[in-house]
Amino acid sequence: MSNAMDIPIETGLDPVDRRIVAATQAGLPLVARPYHAIAEELGLSPADVMHRMQRLLDAGAIRRIGAVPNHYALGWTANGMSVWDVPDEHVAEAGQMVGALEFVSHCYRRPRHLPDWPYNLFAMVHGRDREEVADKLTRIAAVLGNWDCGHDVLFSSKILKKTGLRIAG
Amino acid sequence: MDSRDKELINALHGGVPIEERPYAAIAERLAMTEEEVIGRLQTLLDDRTLTRLGPLYDAARLGGAFTLAAMAVPEDRFEEVAEIVNSFPEIAHNYAREHSLNMWFVVGAERPERIAEVLSQIKDRTGLEVLNMPKEEEYFLELRLTA
Repeated sequence: MSNAMDIPIETGLDPVDRRIVAATQAGLPLVARPYHAIAEELGLSPADVMHRMQRLLDAGAIRRIGAVPNHYALGWTANGMSVWDVPDEHVAEAGQMVGALEFVSHCYRRPRHLPDWPYNLFAMVHGRDREEVADKLTRIAAVLGNWDCGHDVLFSSKILKKTGLRIAG
Repeated sequence: MDSRDKELINALHGGVPIEERPYAAIAERLAMTEEEVIGRLQTLLDDRTLTRLGPLYDAARLGGAFTLAAMAVPEDRFEEVAEIVNSFPEIAHNYAREHSLNMWFVVGAERPERIAEVLSQIKDRTGLEVLNMPKEEEYFLELRLTA
Protein backbone atom coordinates (compact mmCIF):
# COMPACT_ATOMS: atom_id res chain seq x y z
CA MET A 1 0.00 0.00 0.00
CA SER A 2 1.65 3.23 -1.04
CA ASN A 3 1.78 6.10 1.40
CA ALA A 4 0.79 3.69 4.16
CA MET A 5 1.33 4.85 7.69
CA ASP A 6 2.30 2.39 10.33
CA ILE A 7 0.47 3.32 13.46
CA PRO A 8 2.29 2.51 16.68
CA ILE A 9 0.34 0.32 19.05
CA GLU A 10 0.88 2.63 22.02
CA THR A 11 -1.55 5.14 20.48
CA GLY A 12 -4.37 2.97 21.75
CA LEU A 13 -5.17 0.85 18.72
CA ASP A 14 -4.31 -2.78 19.14
CA PRO A 15 -3.54 -4.95 16.09
CA VAL A 16 -7.15 -6.14 15.85
CA ASP A 17 -8.43 -2.54 15.91
CA ARG A 18 -5.99 -1.73 13.14
CA ARG A 19 -7.29 -4.57 11.01
CA ILE A 20 -10.83 -3.28 11.51
CA VAL A 21 -9.76 0.26 10.56
CA ALA A 22 -7.95 -1.02 7.47
CA ALA A 23 -10.94 -3.16 6.46
CA THR A 24 -13.42 -0.28 6.75
CA GLN A 25 -11.37 2.58 5.29
CA ALA A 26 -13.04 2.04 1.93
CA GLY A 27 -16.45 1.99 3.61
CA LEU A 28 -18.99 -0.04 5.53
CA PRO A 29 -20.33 -3.01 3.51
CA LEU A 30 -23.75 -2.30 1.99
CA VAL A 31 -25.32 -5.55 3.07
CA ALA A 32 -28.03 -6.23 5.65
CA ARG A 33 -25.50 -7.25 8.34
CA PRO A 34 -22.40 -5.14 7.58
CA TYR A 35 -20.62 -5.73 10.91
CA HIS A 36 -21.10 -9.46 10.48
CA ALA A 37 -19.55 -9.16 7.00
CA ILE A 38 -16.49 -7.38 8.43
CA ALA A 39 -16.24 -10.00 11.17
CA GLU A 40 -16.36 -12.81 8.66
CA GLU A 41 -13.69 -11.17 6.50
CA LEU A 42 -11.36 -10.76 9.49
CA GLY A 43 -12.15 -14.02 11.26
CA LEU A 44 -13.60 -12.25 14.30
CA SER A 45 -16.92 -12.54 16.07
CA PRO A 46 -19.56 -9.95 15.10
CA ALA A 47 -19.91 -9.00 18.77
CA ASP A 48 -16.18 -8.28 18.98
CA VAL A 49 -16.27 -6.10 15.83
CA MET A 50 -19.27 -4.10 17.07
CA HIS A 51 -17.79 -3.74 20.54
CA ARG A 52 -14.45 -2.51 19.18
CA MET A 53 -16.06 -0.09 16.74
CA GLN A 54 -18.26 1.26 19.52
CA ARG A 55 -15.13 1.77 21.62
CA LEU A 56 -13.40 3.64 18.76
CA LEU A 57 -16.53 5.76 18.36
CA ASP A 58 -16.69 6.54 22.08
CA ALA A 59 -12.97 7.42 22.07
CA GLY A 60 -13.42 9.77 19.10
CA ALA A 61 -11.16 7.74 16.83
CA ILE A 62 -14.31 7.26 14.72
CA ARG A 63 -16.08 10.62 14.46
CA ARG A 64 -19.24 8.91 13.29
CA ILE A 65 -20.33 6.29 10.83
CA GLY A 66 -21.95 8.19 8.02
CA ALA A 67 -21.98 9.41 4.46
CA VAL A 68 -19.51 11.77 2.82
CA PRO A 69 -21.28 13.83 0.16
CA ASN A 70 -19.50 14.72 -3.04
CA HIS A 71 -19.65 18.50 -3.02
CA TYR A 72 -19.01 18.72 -6.72
CA ALA A 73 -21.77 16.27 -7.62
CA LEU A 74 -24.17 18.32 -5.51
CA GLY A 75 -23.16 21.46 -7.36
CA TRP A 76 -21.06 22.84 -4.50
CA THR A 77 -18.14 23.70 -6.73
CA ALA A 78 -16.78 26.76 -4.93
CA ASN A 79 -14.71 25.81 -1.91
CA GLY A 80 -13.16 28.70 -0.09
CA MET A 81 -10.73 28.58 2.79
CA SER A 82 -11.73 31.65 4.76
CA VAL A 83 -9.20 32.99 7.25
CA TRP A 84 -9.86 35.43 10.07
CA ASP A 85 -7.80 37.57 12.41
CA VAL A 86 -9.58 37.28 15.75
CA PRO A 87 -8.22 38.54 19.09
CA ASP A 88 -6.58 35.62 20.90
CA GLU A 89 -8.72 36.07 23.99
CA HIS A 90 -11.89 35.56 21.93
CA VAL A 91 -10.77 32.95 19.40
CA ALA A 92 -12.13 29.92 21.29
CA GLU A 93 -15.60 31.44 21.55
CA ALA A 94 -15.42 32.73 17.97
CA GLY A 95 -14.42 29.27 16.77
CA GLN A 96 -17.42 27.69 18.46
CA MET A 97 -19.76 30.22 16.87
CA VAL A 98 -18.28 29.97 13.38
CA GLY A 99 -17.94 26.18 13.57
CA ALA A 100 -21.64 25.94 14.42
CA LEU A 101 -22.72 27.67 11.18
CA GLU A 102 -24.31 25.06 8.95
CA PHE A 103 -22.23 25.96 5.89
CA VAL A 104 -18.85 25.72 7.65
CA SER A 105 -17.46 22.20 7.28
CA HIS A 106 -14.24 22.64 9.23
CA CYS A 107 -13.10 25.31 11.62
CA TYR A 108 -9.64 25.43 13.13
CA ARG A 109 -7.41 27.66 15.17
CA ARG A 110 -3.92 27.88 13.68
CA PRO A 111 -0.86 30.02 14.50
CA ARG A 112 -0.31 33.44 12.96
CA HIS A 113 2.90 34.21 11.06
CA LEU A 114 3.32 37.95 11.49
CA PRO A 115 3.65 40.22 9.67
CA ASP A 116 2.65 38.34 6.51
CA TRP A 117 -0.05 36.13 7.92
CA PRO A 118 -2.19 37.68 10.66
CA TYR A 119 -4.98 35.07 10.54
CA ASN A 120 -5.59 32.62 13.39
CA LEU A 121 -9.02 31.15 12.59
CA PHE A 122 -9.69 29.03 9.48
CA ALA A 123 -13.19 28.15 8.28
CA MET A 124 -13.86 26.07 5.17
CA VAL A 125 -16.91 27.40 3.34
CA HIS A 126 -18.69 25.62 0.50
CA GLY A 127 -20.97 27.19 -2.05
CA ARG A 128 -22.46 26.67 -5.49
CA ASP A 129 -20.38 29.57 -6.77
CA ARG A 130 -18.00 32.20 -5.45
CA GLU A 131 -20.79 34.68 -4.96
CA GLU A 132 -22.52 32.28 -2.59
CA VAL A 133 -19.27 31.80 -0.69
CA ALA A 134 -18.93 35.60 -0.49
CA ASP A 135 -22.46 35.84 0.96
CA LYS A 136 -21.53 33.27 3.58
CA LEU A 137 -18.39 35.21 4.49
CA THR A 138 -20.63 38.19 5.13
CA ARG A 139 -22.61 36.04 7.54
CA ILE A 140 -19.45 34.92 9.34
CA ALA A 141 -18.32 38.53 9.58
CA ALA A 142 -21.71 39.44 11.08
CA VAL A 143 -21.36 36.67 13.67
CA LEU A 144 -17.86 37.86 14.59
CA GLY A 145 -18.77 41.55 14.75
CA ASN A 146 -15.82 43.60 15.94
CA TRP A 147 -13.80 40.45 16.64
CA ASP A 148 -13.22 40.40 12.86
CA CYS A 149 -9.94 42.32 12.71
CA GLY A 150 -9.41 41.32 9.08
CA HIS A 151 -10.20 38.38 6.86
CA ASP A 152 -9.50 36.87 3.48
CA VAL A 153 -10.66 33.90 1.41
CA LEU A 154 -8.41 31.58 -0.56
CA PHE A 155 -10.07 29.62 -3.36
CA SER A 156 -8.35 26.49 -4.56
CA SER A 157 -7.43 26.74 -8.22
CA LYS A 158 -5.93 23.30 -8.68
CA ILE A 159 -5.47 20.04 -6.82
CA LEU A 160 -1.74 19.28 -7.05
CA LYS A 161 -1.87 16.06 -5.05
CA LYS A 162 -4.59 14.13 -3.26
CA THR A 163 -3.58 10.72 -2.02
CA GLY A 164 -5.18 10.98 1.39
CA LEU A 165 -3.87 9.37 4.51
CA ARG A 166 -3.94 5.62 4.61
CA ILE A 167 -3.41 3.32 7.53
CA ALA A 168 -1.64 0.03 7.07
CA GLY A 169 -3.65 -3.02 8.14
CA MET B 1 -31.27 12.22 -6.44
CA ASP B 2 -34.92 12.53 -5.40
CA SER B 3 -36.57 13.76 -2.23
CA ARG B 4 -36.42 10.31 -0.62
CA ASP B 5 -32.67 10.20 -1.27
CA LYS B 6 -32.34 13.57 0.46
CA GLU B 7 -34.33 12.32 3.44
CA LEU B 8 -32.07 9.29 3.57
CA ILE B 9 -28.87 11.35 3.41
CA ASN B 10 -30.19 13.71 6.08
CA ALA B 11 -31.08 10.72 8.27
CA LEU B 12 -27.48 9.53 7.98
CA HIS B 13 -26.26 12.69 9.72
CA GLY B 14 -27.26 11.01 12.96
CA GLY B 15 -24.87 8.20 12.06
CA VAL B 16 -25.25 4.60 11.01
CA PRO B 17 -25.90 2.70 14.25
CA ILE B 18 -23.66 -0.11 15.42
CA GLU B 19 -26.13 -2.95 15.61
CA GLU B 20 -26.83 -6.16 13.76
CA ARG B 21 -28.99 -4.63 11.01
CA PRO B 22 -28.18 -0.88 10.94
CA TYR B 23 -29.80 -0.19 7.57
CA ALA B 24 -33.03 -1.75 8.82
CA ALA B 25 -32.92 0.63 11.79
CA ILE B 26 -32.53 3.62 9.45
CA ALA B 27 -35.25 2.25 7.17
CA GLU B 28 -37.68 2.05 10.06
CA ARG B 29 -37.21 5.74 10.88
CA LEU B 30 -37.91 6.69 7.27
CA ALA B 31 -40.74 4.23 6.64
CA MET B 32 -38.65 2.56 3.95
CA THR B 33 -37.66 -1.06 3.64
CA GLU B 34 -34.14 -2.22 4.45
CA GLU B 35 -33.72 -3.24 0.79
CA GLU B 36 -34.72 0.23 -0.37
CA VAL B 37 -32.20 1.91 1.95
CA ILE B 38 -29.39 -0.35 0.76
CA GLY B 39 -30.42 0.04 -2.89
CA ARG B 40 -30.64 3.83 -2.72
CA LEU B 41 -27.29 4.11 -0.93
CA GLN B 42 -25.67 1.87 -3.53
CA THR B 43 -27.03 4.08 -6.32
CA LEU B 44 -25.85 7.27 -4.58
CA LEU B 45 -22.36 5.77 -4.25
CA ASP B 46 -22.39 4.46 -7.83
CA ASP B 47 -23.36 7.85 -9.29
CA ARG B 48 -20.84 9.62 -7.00
CA THR B 49 -23.40 11.72 -5.14
CA LEU B 50 -21.75 10.20 -2.08
CA THR B 51 -18.01 9.62 -2.13
CA ARG B 52 -18.04 7.26 0.80
CA LEU B 53 -20.24 5.57 3.36
CA GLY B 54 -18.69 4.24 6.51
CA PRO B 55 -16.68 5.14 9.60
CA LEU B 56 -15.15 8.62 9.43
CA TYR B 57 -11.85 8.21 11.21
CA ASP B 58 -10.08 10.99 13.05
CA ALA B 59 -6.62 10.38 11.62
CA ALA B 60 -4.86 12.26 14.42
CA ARG B 61 -6.54 10.12 17.09
CA LEU B 62 -5.50 6.96 15.30
CA GLY B 63 -1.92 8.03 15.88
CA GLY B 64 0.52 10.05 13.86
CA ALA B 65 1.00 13.77 13.46
CA PHE B 66 -0.35 16.26 10.94
CA THR B 67 0.11 19.81 9.89
CA LEU B 68 -0.93 22.31 7.25
CA ALA B 69 1.87 24.23 5.57
CA ALA B 70 1.92 27.09 3.10
CA MET B 71 4.47 28.56 0.70
CA ALA B 72 4.69 31.65 -1.49
CA VAL B 73 6.03 30.18 -4.72
CA PRO B 74 7.16 32.40 -7.60
CA GLU B 75 4.88 31.73 -10.59
CA ASP B 76 7.75 30.64 -12.86
CA ARG B 77 8.88 28.03 -10.31
CA PHE B 78 5.45 26.68 -9.46
CA GLU B 79 5.67 23.34 -11.33
CA GLU B 80 9.19 22.64 -10.11
CA VAL B 81 8.33 23.36 -6.48
CA ALA B 82 5.09 21.33 -6.68
CA GLU B 83 7.14 18.39 -7.91
CA ILE B 84 9.56 18.65 -4.99
CA VAL B 85 6.77 18.99 -2.42
CA ASN B 86 4.72 16.15 -3.91
CA SER B 87 7.74 13.84 -4.01
CA PHE B 88 7.50 13.39 -0.23
CA PRO B 89 5.19 10.46 0.59
CA GLU B 90 4.19 12.37 3.75
CA ILE B 91 2.33 14.96 1.62
CA ALA B 92 -1.31 13.84 1.61
CA HIS B 93 -2.95 16.81 -0.12
CA ASN B 94 -1.51 19.76 -1.98
CA TYR B 95 -3.65 22.59 -3.35
CA ALA B 96 -2.85 25.62 -5.44
CA ARG B 97 -4.70 28.59 -3.96
CA GLU B 98 -5.21 32.09 -5.26
CA HIS B 99 -3.13 34.15 -2.85
CA SER B 100 0.49 35.24 -2.48
CA LEU B 101 0.73 32.10 -0.32
CA ASN B 102 -0.20 30.00 -3.31
CA MET B 103 0.69 26.45 -2.29
CA TRP B 104 -1.00 24.74 0.66
CA PHE B 105 -0.33 21.17 1.67
CA VAL B 106 -1.08 18.70 4.45
CA VAL B 107 1.81 16.72 5.91
CA GLY B 108 1.11 13.50 7.80
CA ALA B 109 3.69 11.30 9.46
CA GLU B 110 3.83 8.56 11.99
CA ARG B 111 6.38 10.36 14.17
CA PRO B 112 5.83 14.03 15.05
CA GLU B 113 9.57 14.76 14.53
CA ARG B 114 9.20 13.69 10.91
CA ILE B 115 6.89 16.67 10.22
CA ALA B 116 9.65 19.14 11.09
CA GLU B 117 12.14 17.14 9.02
CA VAL B 118 9.92 17.18 5.94
CA LEU B 119 9.25 20.92 6.23
CA SER B 120 12.95 21.61 6.70
CA GLN B 121 13.90 19.46 3.71
CA ILE B 122 11.33 21.24 1.53
CA LYS B 123 12.81 24.55 2.62
CA ASP B 124 16.35 23.38 1.83
CA ARG B 125 15.48 21.88 -1.54
CA THR B 126 13.38 24.83 -2.75
CA GLY B 127 15.15 27.69 -1.01
CA LEU B 128 11.71 29.00 -0.06
CA GLU B 129 10.13 29.68 3.32
CA VAL B 130 7.60 27.13 4.54
CA LEU B 131 4.99 28.40 7.00
CA ASN B 132 3.93 25.72 9.45
CA MET B 133 0.28 26.08 10.50
CA PRO B 134 -0.57 23.14 12.73
CA LYS B 135 -4.09 22.86 14.07
CA GLU B 136 -4.14 24.29 17.59
CA GLU B 137 -7.82 23.71 18.20
CA GLU B 138 -10.69 22.32 16.19
CA TYR B 139 -14.28 23.54 16.21
CA PHE B 140 -15.95 20.66 14.48
CA LEU B 141 -19.38 20.32 13.04
CA GLU B 142 -20.28 18.00 10.23
CA LEU B 143 -21.17 19.58 6.89
CA ARG B 144 -24.89 19.18 6.51
CA LEU B 145 -26.39 18.37 3.18
CA THR B 146 -29.46 20.41 2.54
CA ALA B 147 -29.32 20.37 -1.24
